[in-house]
Amino acid sequence: MAKAYSGRDYALAQLIFLVLLRVSIGWHLLYEGVVKIINPDWSAFGYLMDSKGLFAGLFQSMATHQGILQVVDFMNMWGLFLIGLGLMAGLFTRFSVICGIILLSFYFLSHPPLAGIQYIIPQEGSYLLVNKTLIEILALFVLLVFPTGQAAGIDRFLRKNKN
Amino acid sequence: MERNINGNKDLTQPKNMNRRDVIKGLATLPFIGAFAGAWVRKNSVEKQLKNKMLEVVNLTSEPVDLAPAVLGSKPLRLGIVGYGIRGRQLLRATGHAEPKWIDDSKAAAVENPLNTSYDDFMNQEGLDVVISGVCDIFDIYAGDAAHAGSNVSKEGTGGKMDAAPRRYRTYKEMMASPDIDAVIIATPDHWHATMAIEAARNGKHVYLEKPMTWTVPETYELVKAVRENKIVFQLGHQGRQTESYIKAKEVVHKNILGKITLVEVCTNRNDPNGAWVYPIHPEAGHQNIDWQQFLGPAPYHDFSLERFFRWRCWWDYSTGLNGDLLTHEYDCINQIMGIGIPDSVVASGGIYFFKDGRTVPDVQNVVMEFPGRDLTFLYSASLASDRQRGKVIMGHDAHMELSDRLIINADPQSTAYKEKIQNGTIDPQIPIYTFTPGKEGVDGAVSATEQYFASRGLLYTYRQGKRVDTTFLHMREWVNCIRAGIQPSCNIDRGFEEAITAHMATIALREGRKVYWDREKQEIVVS
Repeated sequence: MAKAYSGRDYALAQLIFLVLLRVSIGWHLLYEGVVKIINPDWSAFGYLMDSKGLFAGLFQSMATHQGILQVVDFMNMWGLFLIGLGLMAGLFTRFSVICGIILLSFYFLSHPPLAGIQYIIPQEGSYLLVNKTLIEILALFVLLVFPTGQAAGIDRFLRKNKN
Repeated sequence: MERNINGNKDLTQPKNMNRRDVIKGLATLPFIGAFAGAWVRKNSVEKQLKNKMLEVVNLTSEPVDLAPAVLGSKPLRLGIVGYGIRGRQLLRATGHAEPKWIDDSKAAAVENPLNTSYDDFMNQEGLDVVISGVCDIFDIYAGDAAHAGSNVSKEGTGGKMDAAPRRYRTYKEMMASPDIDAVIIATPDHWHATMAIEAARNGKHVYLEKPMTWTVPETYELVKAVRENKIVFQLGHQGRQTESYIKAKEVVHKNILGKITLVEVCTNRNDPNGAWVYPIHPEAGHQNIDWQQFLGPAPYHDFSLERFFRWRCWWDYSTGLNGDLLTHEYDCINQIMGIGIPDSVVASGGIYFFKDGRTVPDVQNVVMEFPGRDLTFLYSASLASDRQRGKVIMGHDAHMELSDRLIINADPQSTAYKEKIQNGTIDPQIPIYTFTPGKEGVDGAVSATEQYFASRGLLYTYRQGKRVDTTFLHMREWVNCIRAGIQPSCNIDRGFEEAITAHMATIALREGRKVYWDREKQEIVVS
C-alpha cells in the first residue's frame, strides 16, 4: 500500500469519516469478541449448526468435530478481539482490515440471506442477498483502498520507525 | 504543513516526528478508552440487575451431584423379565447391549455426529452387575436378551462374548432361582404386580417399569409384599433423576412461585409409534410366542400378533394413557410438590383418531382435586397432535415451565413482587430465572438465541461432551441402594401414590363418574 500511502491525500472531512468508519467497525468487532471471551458457555456451535446455503455442510462439520470447534471458538473470540482493537487503534491496520474481511466472509457464507431460507437465530431486519454483514465487509474493502492507519493511528509511528 | 496539488493539507504524510505526529498517531485511542468505559458501565448495570434478581431467586448453583457408587463385595446378579422396547433400554442402562445394537449405533454416529448414543453407552459408568438370567415368552427376544447379557465387553458383531445368561421359561422359575439377587421387570402392564409380588416373596430386589400395577387390589398386595420381605424396590420413573425437576423442587420449597393453585401437565404425540402402534416382528408367530403365558391374568383372547406387540392399545393388558403417560407427569409433580393421592378425580376422553380397534382412548383429560392444598392438577393428553404444551406450575407470584429446562416468569399481578415490578427490577415478560442442564452456573438473563437453540434441542450441554441418561441414573440409584440397604427415590410409597392416582383416573374415565379417595380407610370410593 506504499503507493496509496504516498500518493493519497484526504480532505479533513474525508479523513474524519474514514477514521470514524474504521473506529466504528473496530468497536463493533471488539465488543463481539469481548462478549464471547467473558462468557464461559459461548461457542460457535449453535451458529455453525444453523448454517444454510452452499457451504452449510462444511460449517456444520466444523461444529460437530470437537477439536475443530475448539479452534473455531478460539479464533472467533480472539480474532474478533484483536481485529477490533487493531482497527480502533490503527495498529497493523491493513492486516486487521484483511483479517476482518476474511472473518466476516465466513459469517456471510454460513448465513447467506437467500430467498426462502429461514434461520433459527432471529434476524433483526429484513434482508435479501445483501445484509449488514455484507455491507460491513464492503466497508472494510473501502478502508483497504482508503487506508487511514498512518494518518490517524499507531501505524504512523511504525512507519516512522522503519524510516 | 505541506499542501498537495489539490491545495488540501496533506494529512497522511508524516515528515518528522513532532507533537502533531504524536497526536495523530494516538488520535483514535480515546475511542478505546470510551469503549472500555462503556463496557465497564454496562457490566456494572448488568451485575446490579443480576444481584437484584438473586434477591428474588437464589438457588444453589451447584449441579446435582451423583451420589458416590457403593461397591459390593461381588457383582450383583440380575435377571430381566420382558425384553421388548423398554427392556432393551433398561439392559443397556446396566451396560449390556446386543452386538447388533453396538454396530448400528456406531454407524449412526458416523452418519450423524450429533448422535452420541454409541459414545454415551461406551463411556457409561459400570454398575458391577452381571446378567444371570433372562425371561421372555417370545423366543427371538429371549435370545436377544441372552446375547446382550453375554456381551460384557460391549463388542460389536463377531466380538468376544462371555457365557450366556440362563434363559428361564417362566418368570416363576426365575424368581425362585438362587442364582438371581434382583430382577428388572419390563413386561406389559397386566403382569407388573403379579411378577413383582412373586419376586418380593422370593426376596429378590425389584426394578419395576411403570405403571406399578394393573388393578387396584394387587396394588395393596404388592405394597405388603415389598414391606414384609424388606426388598429394595424402585419404580421406573426415571424423571426422578432429571436435574431440572430437582431444581424445581427447590423453587417450590423456597416459595418463589407464591401460592400454587393450578398445575397443568400434558402429553402430545402425533405418530403411530407414539400411539403404541409398534412394528410387528416379521418372524413372530404361534411357533415362537407362548401366548398362554402372555395372557396370564388377562381375559382370554385368540392368538393375535397385533395384541402381542401393541398390547398398550387394549385395556385387557394396558392401563391406557393414565398408566402409561399420566404417571410420568404425575410422578414429576409428586416429586416436586409432594402432592400425594388426590381427594377426587374426574376424567373423560375417547378414541378420536386411531380407530384401529383399540379400546383405550387416544384423547383424554383428567382433573384431580387436592382441597387440602388448595390445588387442582390438570392432565390433558392427545396422541393425535404434536403441539407441545409443556408442564406449568402456576402460582400467584410466578409461574414455572418445566422440561429438561426450567423457566420462571413473575406474574404481572404478583403481590410479593409488586414493588420490584413497579420499580422495574422485574419485568414479567423476561424470565426471573432459567436453568439449563449442563450450563455452568445459573443466571436470570438468557439471550433470545440461547432460548431458541435450547427449545430446538441444540443445547450447548453438547459441548461439555458427556450426557448422562436418566434411565441409567435411575438404575444406578437402585443398584446403589441394594448395596447400601436403603430405599431409592421412587420407592414403594411413591409407587402406591402413583398407582392409586392412575387407577382413580381410569375408574373415573371408564365409569364416567367422580372418584374419591378415602384417606381414613385408604380406599377408592366411586360416587
